[in-house]
Order: sequence, then C-alpha cells, then structure tokens
Amino acid sequence: MSQTTTRPAARKSTPSASSRFDSALGWSPRFGTNMALRIILCILVFCIFALPFMAIISGAFDRNSSPTDISLLPKSFTLQNFEAAQQQGLWGYLLNSLVVAGGGLLLQMTVSVFAAYSLSRKKFRGQAFAMLLVLMTMMLPEEVIAIPLSLVLGDLPLLGVSLRGSVLAVILPVGIWGFSIFIMSEFMKEIPAEIEEAARLDGVGEFRMLFTIILPLCKPALGVIGIFGFMMVWDQYLLPLIAANDPSDYTLTVALSVLRNDTTVGPGVLLAGAVMAMIPSLLVYLFLQRSMIRGITAGATKG
Amino acid sequence: MTVTPTKPADPLVPAKGAKTARSGRKRVNGKQVLAIWLFLVPAAVLGLYFKFIPMFEGIRLSLFKVQPFLGDVFVGFDNYINVLTDARFMDALGHTVVLGVTQTLGALVVGFVLALLLEGQARSLWVLRTAIFLPVVTALAVVGEIWRILYFPTADGPLNTILGWVGLEPLQFLNGTDTALWSIAVVGIWSGAPYNMVIILAGLTGVDRTLYESAGVDGATVWQRLRYITLPALRPSIVIVLTLAAIRSLRSFTEVYVLTGGGPAGSTEVWMTRMYSLGFQRNDIGVASAAAVLLLVVTLLLTVGTQLLARRKAER
Repeated sequence: MSQTTTRPAARKSTPSASSRFDSALGWSPRFGTNMALRIILCILVFCIFALPFMAIISGAFDRNSSPTDISLLPKSFTLQNFEAAQQQGLWGYLLNSLVVAGGGLLLQMTVSVFAAYSLSRKKFRGQAFAMLLVLMTMMLPEEVIAIPLSLVLGDLPLLGVSLRGSVLAVILPVGIWGFSIFIMSEFMKEIPAEIEEAARLDGVGEFRMLFTIILPLCKPALGVIGIFGFMMVWDQYLLPLIAANDPSDYTLTVALSVLRNDTTVGPGVLLAGAVMAMIPSLLVYLFLQRSMIRGITAGATKG
Repeated sequence: MTVTPTKPADPLVPAKGAKTARSGRKRVNGKQVLAIWLFLVPAAVLGLYFKFIPMFEGIRLSLFKVQPFLGDVFVGFDNYINVLTDARFMDALGHTVVLGVTQTLGALVVGFVLALLLEGQARSLWVLRTAIFLPVVTALAVVGEIWRILYFPTADGPLNTILGWVGLEPLQFLNGTDTALWSIAVVGIWSGAPYNMVIILAGLTGVDRTLYESAGVDGATVWQRLRYITLPALRPSIVIVLTLAAIRSLRSFTEVYVLTGGGPAGSTEVWMTRMYSLGFQRNDIGVASAAAVLLLVVTLLLTVGTQLLARRKAER
C-alpha cells in the first residue's frame, strides 16, 4: 500500500521529535506503553484478518482436517486432499476458472480500451449519450438482471444460438464493464491533444495511434483495470451458476458449494479447493498491489 | 459489503470531465467518424446483448405470467402486487436493510479503527496492511467457506473454542435463527473493512500535519484532535464509502447464498436470494422479474438521488 510515499519531502527537515504528530492518534515512535499497546493491537488485528487464511491452508495439507480440530500448522502433512480433489474434478473446475478469467479479462480490457479511446479522444454527436449508457451498465450488474440474462444466454436474440454450458456464456457478459471503460477514458482524457496531433501530421492511422502512442502512456490505468477486472471476473458467482448446463461447467468458486454439499467429500478436499481458488487472486494482488491501491483511492476521491 | 471489484465502480462518480475537457479538440472528418464507431462496436454489441436486452426483457416479463409451454399471459401489475404483498419478500426486505445497515456502518467503523491503528510509514506497518487486505482480494465464495468453518456450531468449533476461553456459552452462529443474520453481517464487515481502511488511510495522508502540531501546542487531547481535525478532513471519503456501500448492499447475494442459502427457516433470506429461488428453483419468472425491476428502480433512485445531493453540496 503505497499512499505512505506521498508525504511532502519538506517534512523530513523537521526535527524527529515532532514525529508524534505523524499520525492522527499520535503514535509515539519511542518504546514505551504507547508503543506496547500499539504492538498488542496490531497482533490482535493480524490474528483476526490473516490467521483464518493460515488455518485454511493448514487444513488443506492436513491428513485428517476437521472444523473441530483446526490448527495453524498441519499436524500430519499430506497432499492426499489435493489428490482426492483431483478425483472430484477440481482441476477441471480450476481450468474453467482460469479460462474464464483469462478470456474474460482479455476481452474486457480490449473492449474497454477501444471504447475509452473513442469516448475520450474524439468528439462526435451522441457522445454524452454513449457515456450515459456506459454509466448505466454499471447499475445493471449480473445479479439484478440474472433471470432475463439467463434466458438471453440460452437463446441469443437474432442469432438464435445458445451459449449455455460454454465458457463464452461467462466470458462475453463480463466483457462489458462500465467501471473499466470509465477509468480508462478518464485517464485518456488527461493525455495532451498535442501528442496526438503531432503524430497525425506524420500520417499515423487510428490503430497505430491507439497502440503505439496512446496506450503506452496509459500503463497505470491498464494496471488498475487489470486487477479490478481480474477480481471482478474471479469473484463471479451467480453468472457461472446460471450459465452452466451441468455441474462440470462450474467455475472453481461455484464448485466449492457443490463439494460442500456432497457428503462423501471430506472437509480436507473442500479446503484444498478453497486454497486453489485463493492462489490466483493472491498472486495477482501481490503483483499489482500498487495499481489496486491507486484504483481504490481514485475511485474514492472522484465525485 | 461485498468484496467484488465493482466497489468504486458505482455510478456515483460523475463524468464531470466529459463536457469541459474536450474544448481543445477539433471536430473530426468522415474517415475518423468511421473509426470512432468501429472502436465503439465491441462495447455496444456486448452491452446490448448482455445488459440492455436483458433489462428490457426483464421489464417485459415482469408484466406477464410466464408459462414455458402454454404461452405468456399479460397480467399487468399483478406480479408487482404479488411481490409487495408476499410476506416472505417483505421479510427479505427487512433482512436486506438490516444486513445492509449493519455491514455498511460496521465496515466503516472497523475500517476507520484499522486506518488509525495502521497509519504510518514503517515497513512493518506496510506488511501488516498488506496482510490485512487479504479478505478483500479473496473471492466471496472462498470467504464464505472459510467462515463456515470458523462458525462451526459445535462447542469445539474454532470460534466457539475462543468463546470458551473467555467463558462464554457456545453459539449456533449460522445455524441459529436469531444469530444467523448477524453472523453474515460479521463476515461482510470482515471482508469490507480493509477496503474502507485503504480509502480512509488515503484521506489521513491528506490531513495537514501542522494542524496536529499546533493542536499539540494548544494542549488538545487525542480525542479532541480526532474529533475536530481528523474527522472533518475525512468527511468526503466517509460519505462516499457510505453511499456506495449502502447501494451495493441492496443486491448482496453471494455471501448469503454461500453462508446460509437464506436459511435457517428463512431467517437470512434477502431480496436477491428470494428472487433467485423464485426465478430459478420455482420457475416463477414473472414474479421474480417484478422483484428485479423493483430492485433496479430503487437502486436507480438512490444513485441519482445521492448524485444530485452531492452536486448541490458541491455547488454551494
């Protein structure tokens, strides 16, 4: 989390005695009761927010994991749960999830970049209306339109094709996301028009303009829509549920509840599945943490 | 308070740059017009098929008695009357509001406390903040599974063991009709608070340090400092956090569906889970669509309302 780096440099010259005024609560930088209290509270907070994850991971590697006997380190280490998970088809669910996340994110980012380029770098009639429609799609999340959406997925109007049971039934609907278009076009607006005009004089076409001139300047925004898009797709629950023909089409997150309701499957396998569903979002978060924080604070300070 | 990345996405953020920033650009020629529309085509097609057609289809279906093989019958507003007079929908409405208010306020307060505790530049604090943010990036379905285990209702379940240490009776958590809704709220707070923490931390860095110093010189207590310097400076971010979370909480589905599925005995049924079971399990598509349209209308009104309110405030 990077907002700590934005303090004005001038403060460095103030004497260190005043650093008591660095935080709203006036935490003291010296050892003492104040410091001890803070450390205790920090440990408590860490236990509440992070230890459940450790317990889950430990349970996934434990030979006889059970909710009544949970520990922070596996008592008898084993990969058995993951082997059993394989028999339950968990790798297939993981594959579904990865395909949906990869394809959906790629489509979403491409669509967003294209749309944002038009909406922010051009001037045309009906632009305000187009932007309004983009903002409206944000008010129509999958949950609200779930029922008609499932009907549409089963029989695409005009085309008469059914997407149900194919990964496309999840990938295509997540391809359009107002937030992503909005962030991208807000960012592209900040790029000075002179850059574009100079290139246009050199006879650069629209596609090259977008990909070689505008897009390289948008890397921070790409990071933001990348991580938010990934989390949005990975977190989809209702959509894969209604888009599936039979349970083998489920993504990993949806499959977890199927596994839970199957009495022949022990809790160890369920935990193995939960760990597998956690790893990708964990990796993406660790790599794109800065973009994540930037996106949250940008979303919060606008408006 | 969901963990979905839709968080900052809600349309409260006005497109204020849309009209002002473009004055420098020239009107475009015919070839460029073609390019403009080509770039917009993918978004337009996907938006039409997966947002707007479903929306209009939903509005249409809400006026019909939908029967798969017998043909639909137009019934006017009967479906809406059905929803509004259905006791279970009204219960669900109550649960939705209780859950929404508890989660929103809880996550705000906890997020605020976290931000105050973890404000600072030390590397150890940064590591701690990273760890604490994990619930936000984890998919809700996984969060649900984690808490189902923590909430295990026997006396030797993880949380009940901890309750035992401090001498409390074991709780039923998700299995008890009077504890289930609160248990879901706790999960929402747990997974939403770190997100608010980041927003509030960003607000805290914006507070002028010299104000703290002069308050210190004037002998103000920590509480006074918090009350008269920090809180006023954070007001804008707090207002945004509150409105976004409140609107989002209306459509919370995944956490309830994963944790309790609406049970036990309907004690945690919210608007969305009721809609889901009507539409997908009992195939009462007309009534479920009416419920969806009502949800959409309320969301729309709240969004536009808060937006107008924010505008008027800004103009003053």
